[in-house]
Amino acid sequence: MSNFLTDFPEMPNKQFREFKKGVDASYKDFAREWGDLIDAMFDPLLKMLVFFEKTLIATPWPIFMIVLLGLTYWGSRSIKLVIGTFLAFVFIGYFRMWDETMSTIAIILTSVIMSVVIGLPTGIAMSRSDRTQSIVTPILDVMQTMPPFVYLIPIVMLMGIGKIPGLIAVVIYAIPPLIRLTNLGIREVDKEALEAADAFGATKKQKLYQVQLPLALPTIFAGINQTIMMALAMVIIASMIGVKGLGQPVLQSIYNQYFTKGVLYGLAIVIVAIVFDRVSQSYGQRIQKHRSGKIV
Amino acid sequence: MSEAKIQIKNLYKIFGKNPRGAMEHVKNGVGKDELLEKHNHVLGLKDINLDIQAKSVQVVMGLSGSGKSTLIRHINRLIEPTDGSVTVDGDEVLKMNEEELRNFRRSKTAMVFQRFALLPHKTVLQNTIFGLHIQNISEEDANKSARRWIERVGLSGYENKYPQHLSGGMQQRVGLARALTNDGDILLMDEAFSALDPLIRKDMQDILLELQDELHKTVVFITHDLDEALKIGDRIAILKDGIMDQEGIPAEILLNPKTKYVKDFVEDVNRARVIKAKHIMSEINGQDLSGAMPIDQDDFIDRFIDKVISDKPDNLVIQDKDKKNVGFLSTKKLSEILKR
Repeated sequence: MSNFLTDFPEMPNKQFREFKKGVDASYKDFAREWGDLIDAMFDPLLKMLVFFEKTLIATPWPIFMIVLLGLTYWGSRSIKLVIGTFLAFVFIGYFRMWDETMSTIAIILTSVIMSVVIGLPTGIAMSRSDRTQSIVTPILDVMQTMPPFVYLIPIVMLMGIGKIPGLIAVVIYAIPPLIRLTNLGIREVDKEALEAADAFGATKKQKLYQVQLPLALPTIFAGINQTIMMALAMVIIASMIGVKGLGQPVLQSIYNQYFTKGVLYGLAIVIVAIVFDRVSQSYGQRIQKHRSGKIV
Repeated sequence: MSEAKIQIKNLYKIFGKNPRGAMEHVKNGVGKDELLEKHNHVLGLKDINLDIQAKSVQVVMGLSGSGKSTLIRHINRLIEPTDGSVTVDGDEVLKMNEEELRNFRRSKTAMVFQRFALLPHKTVLQNTIFGLHIQNISEEDANKSARRWIERVGLSGYENKYPQHLSGGMQQRVGLARALTNDGDILLMDEAFSALDPLIRKDMQDILLELQDELHKTVVFITHDLDEALKIGDRIAILKDGIMDQEGIPAEILLNPKTKYVKDFVEDVNRARVIKAKHIMSEINGQDLSGAMPIDQDDFIDRFIDKVISDKPDNLVIQDKDKKNVGFLSTKKLSEILKR
């Protein structure tokens, strides 16, 4: 009786072992059966990622620099930011981290595109039905709180080590803010603007494209910005399952205690993050200039 | 009188979880406060009957919470009623399916909102053509029509500005231009000028009256301001707690308020500016009219009061526009009406 109070009534050891074995075995069977098919399904994505990576690495650095600085200026209209970006990438190149940076940018680009493609419709669906919202929200909660290492296990079991499992892990980690903020942005759209659209006889689709999405855009943009940041934060973890880029040298540095190398590559990740963040944020602010009181 | 343009019959609206169930209580005479307290439902409208004639301005007046904004939203069915009927040109609005309703809203009605409800990401011109744009009318035609109305409301030169760059009065001009560009017969104006400064409000009222002179739309105008109601309305309906207290022409409401609520409302109004000679004249009936001062029947009291004071006639004779005598008014009665 006293045992009952001090020790929680546990599953017996033998049964627990059987349980774990059973689940593992059935998942392994599933992986064996479907792994190839799932691999094949993700093939186009792999091709896109490899294409980005190869193109970025093959592009002569001055051209990349011109394009990057051009995009920075187009996004932010700030000379200061352009100069900062230039110096940051000179640092990256001079300290021999150019190719790894290109690989990282390729995976960030691919995972952000994938996040937007999946996340935007999901967020819209959530905003249109309270039921969908009540189903999706707990899934997002799990995705955001589950340690990435845990979902790496089944992904690696299913698809092995490589770029695609890494990409999936990054997307799982990075997509929730985009979905949440898309949902929030659309739900927060001024009820009166919607009522006006109704009163003039707009269809659901017209309301979505002409009222809800444009008015939610700044919030959606904050979501994309968050997604970019979180994707960058995943680079090191993704490198553990074979994603090339700035993460791998950092991982090596941890195992071998290369202090300088670790710090340099760490700084490179920070640089990419800051540049992406500033540019996407100022772009986000610029597209809503009509909200300010300033005469444009 | 011809068939009314908009007919509202036995309209009920109850907000809450089970409006149909709460209907029973309302029909048994439970009032707004009791319904909320005992049955947890809000009475929006109770048994509203209103005929709105084509080409007239019908004002619906009441304080906040009286249900006036709810009522106007039933005409284009932005709100579903609990019970009753709304017909426009003989068509039952409440029986329309989604597509019919959309076409009805696109072709027959246009609405102006209290807080403008402009789209902040669109320019003045884009906002103005919104109603036509969603009907897939060619950009060129839509722009032409929109520019005409933008000019008409006095916003030429502001076509490419965003709403945030305009003052409240200017924003509401855009709202008005947007509604006019849609070219429906019916103009629904939900406290359209209430958010504006008094001077700008007066400007907008004048613009509306001027446009109405020319366009002859059927206007339903919601307001909480009696002066505005008297200035704009051909007829006024007064709502209180979801019930229509009185409906009639402005002079009738001023002269014969039916309930205490209406009486309180109209007490401080300057009658001389609202009441016309014809509203207060009596039949001639062999009355001796020698020495009586002739007055046009459509003149407001304040148009002829100065002359009455200086000339001190005993009687006034009221004439129509062909100078035919149609009635008489003693100065004693006139002074009583003004004193009351």
